[in-house]
Amino acid sequence: MIEKADQIFVLLGHWLVSFLPAALQQPALVLLAVVAIIVTFPALFAITVLLERKGLGRMQNRYGPNRVGPYGLFQPVADGIKSLTKEDIVPLSADAVVHFLAPVLLVVVVFMGYAVLPIGRNMTLVNLDAGILFFFAIGASSELSVFMAGWSSRNKYSLLGAMRAVAQMISYEVPLLMSSLAVVMITGSLNANRIVDAQNQYTYGLPHWYIFTPWGFAGFLLFAVAATAETNRSPFDLPEGESELVAGYFTEYSGFKFALFFLGEYVGMMGISGLGTTLFLGGYSAPLQVLGFVPSWAWFIGKIMLSMCVFIWVRGTLPRLRQDQLMNFAWKFVLPLSLLNLFVAAAWRFMGQGFLRWVVCSAVLLIAYVVMARVGMKREHFGPRSYRYAE
Amino acid sequence: MSFVLYILAALTVAGGLAAVLLKNTVHCALALTVAFAGLALLFLELDAQFAGFAQILIYIGAVAILVVFAILLTRGSETPKGSAYSHSPLVGLVIAACVFAVLGWAVLHSTAQLPPGTTSATPTVTVADIGNALMTRYVLPLEIVALLLTAALIGAVIVAMHEKEGSR
Amino acid sequence: MTPLSGYLLVAALLFAIGLAGALTRRNAILVLIGIELMLNAANLNLIAFWRYGPHPEALTGMMFAIFSIAVAAAEAAVGLGLVIQIHRHAQTTDLDAINRMKG
Repeated sequence: MIEKADQIFVLLGHWLVSFLPAALQQPALVLLAVVAIIVTFPALFAITVLLERKGLGRMQNRYGPNRVGPYGLFQPVADGIKSLTKEDIVPLSADAVVHFLAPVLLVVVVFMGYAVLPIGRNMTLVNLDAGILFFFAIGASSELSVFMAGWSSRNKYSLLGAMRAVAQMISYEVPLLMSSLAVVMITGSLNANRIVDAQNQYTYGLPHWYIFTPWGFAGFLLFAVAATAETNRSPFDLPEGESELVAGYFTEYSGFKFALFFLGEYVGMMGISGLGTTLFLGGYSAPLQVLGFVPSWAWFIGKIMLSMCVFIWVRGTLPRLRQDQLMNFAWKFVLPLSLLNLFVAAAWRFMGQGFLRWVVCSAVLLIAYVVMARVGMKREHFGPRSYRYAE
Repeated sequence: MSFVLYILAALTVAGGLAAVLLKNTVHCALALTVAFAGLALLFLELDAQFAGFAQILIYIGAVAILVVFAILLTRGSETPKGSAYSHSPLVGLVIAACVFAVLGWAVLHSTAQLPPGTTSATPTVTVADIGNALMTRYVLPLEIVALLLTAALIGAVIVAMHEKEGSR
Repeated sequence: MTPLSGYLLVAALLFAIGLAGALTRRNAILVLIGIELMLNAANLNLIAFWRYGPHPEALTGMMFAIFSIAVAAAEAAVGLGLVIQIHRHAQTTDLDAINRMKG
């Protein structure tokens, strides 16, 4: 029974394709999985948007949407209808082809990332040998769509926003990769399923998730920071800082194309949360052995939604950074720490079982964190900023 | 020659041609990414999964972005007013055509025979194999590449940072 | 035509396109783009020979391509840094206009 609930979507898929001739079954199964992903995550996106608007409202001491439906629950539907029926405006001087391609590319790229994530037991669309590498390779392409959007709009705000976004995404991609590399190194595989399997074991009913190790905890925090910046979320949302740049790279987008950008951003956030879940939070495995009866896919979706809540919470709490602070933070704090984390993970691997490695690894990371934070604070000079141009 | 190969080859060559022929510099860079993507797909078609993904990650994720950054920093994103080609484009074209003629002739008339039976078998190379090879047989090149990348990192920063005295 | 020669022809064509671009364009960045295309064509050759060669399990061609990709990244970074520096110095990236040996 538990097994059935866990595998319900897999069994359902096999049952559905069993009506087809044998030659078509495999492609149909893949198609079905693709459709399932394309339906599920936008639905989650709608829920997240509602959660965000409600949650932010509460944090800012107001109600949030409460007019459409009971408690404003149908707000996403109204939003969707609004953006679908709005006029699609393309600026006269814009590069129409690139302007059109940018949101499409973003959405395609963002959905492709889900192909390698294990959404549940036996629920990985393509079990690639180099799955994590695939995810990062695809994720890197989304920078290009941001640039295309900003450049093709022929708007100074758009261009500045796109430049900021691309610079930020490139800078934070390095720590993102580095912090994930520690997990890959310990597991010895780039395959997402293997990484989850390595964490899906229990001692005394407690899971072997990587977040419960010193290097894993540090890696997860670094990953979370880098992922927040990578998805242009607050407090790293300078590319769309509305007090300076109107709306950043999608200033000139309206109607359905804007909705596509919005969708791409949130689905991308969910994708990177899914990657973080897979790498550090044990993927689809239950947090306690006794909770193993809950279906695996429910855990995965639950963990993703939990990280979305953290994203919303962070957005409601922290003020936006300045551009130079952002860059300094990436290159002078996050990157060195994630490099150190790699070495700590290697030390963890070779220090054998026992108590000592916990003490040593935690101490090294903690000391490095404190020292770097102190040094960084001391070198902070508050004076007029100096600007540097290419000319 | 399969059907997929034709499509991918057409995509790659079209991207490359557009990258060279288009007038607007940013369009050229975007076309270049199409060529890179086509090449990555060709690598995947050749069962080189790791190389294909590395191609996407490095070329589309880094090199293409670097190129567009350089274009914007040098204010080259507007379509140039005059000719986009140098004084003597014909010479370059002739040289390129000659190179292609020689290469094509060599490829089509090559007498080197492949050992029979190797063309159809798919080599099973996992990422772990590549990692092992990198850490054992190819460890020296790996270290040299690491050194080169560090040197390039520092060098690029210094080259781009250098400015005339007092011109801030 | 064998698959190998198909790939080799594609690579040769791409190499020629890159060469033509590098030789005929005015903009320094577009010359770099041409050079990148040539490098990529060489990578395609390496991978194709690895796949259809007698010993694909030895990984030599694949390794060569991976190292070549890494070197190309370094080359692009330094090359574009130089272009930016040239632009800062000469206020142009037009290679026909940059014809003085003396700064």
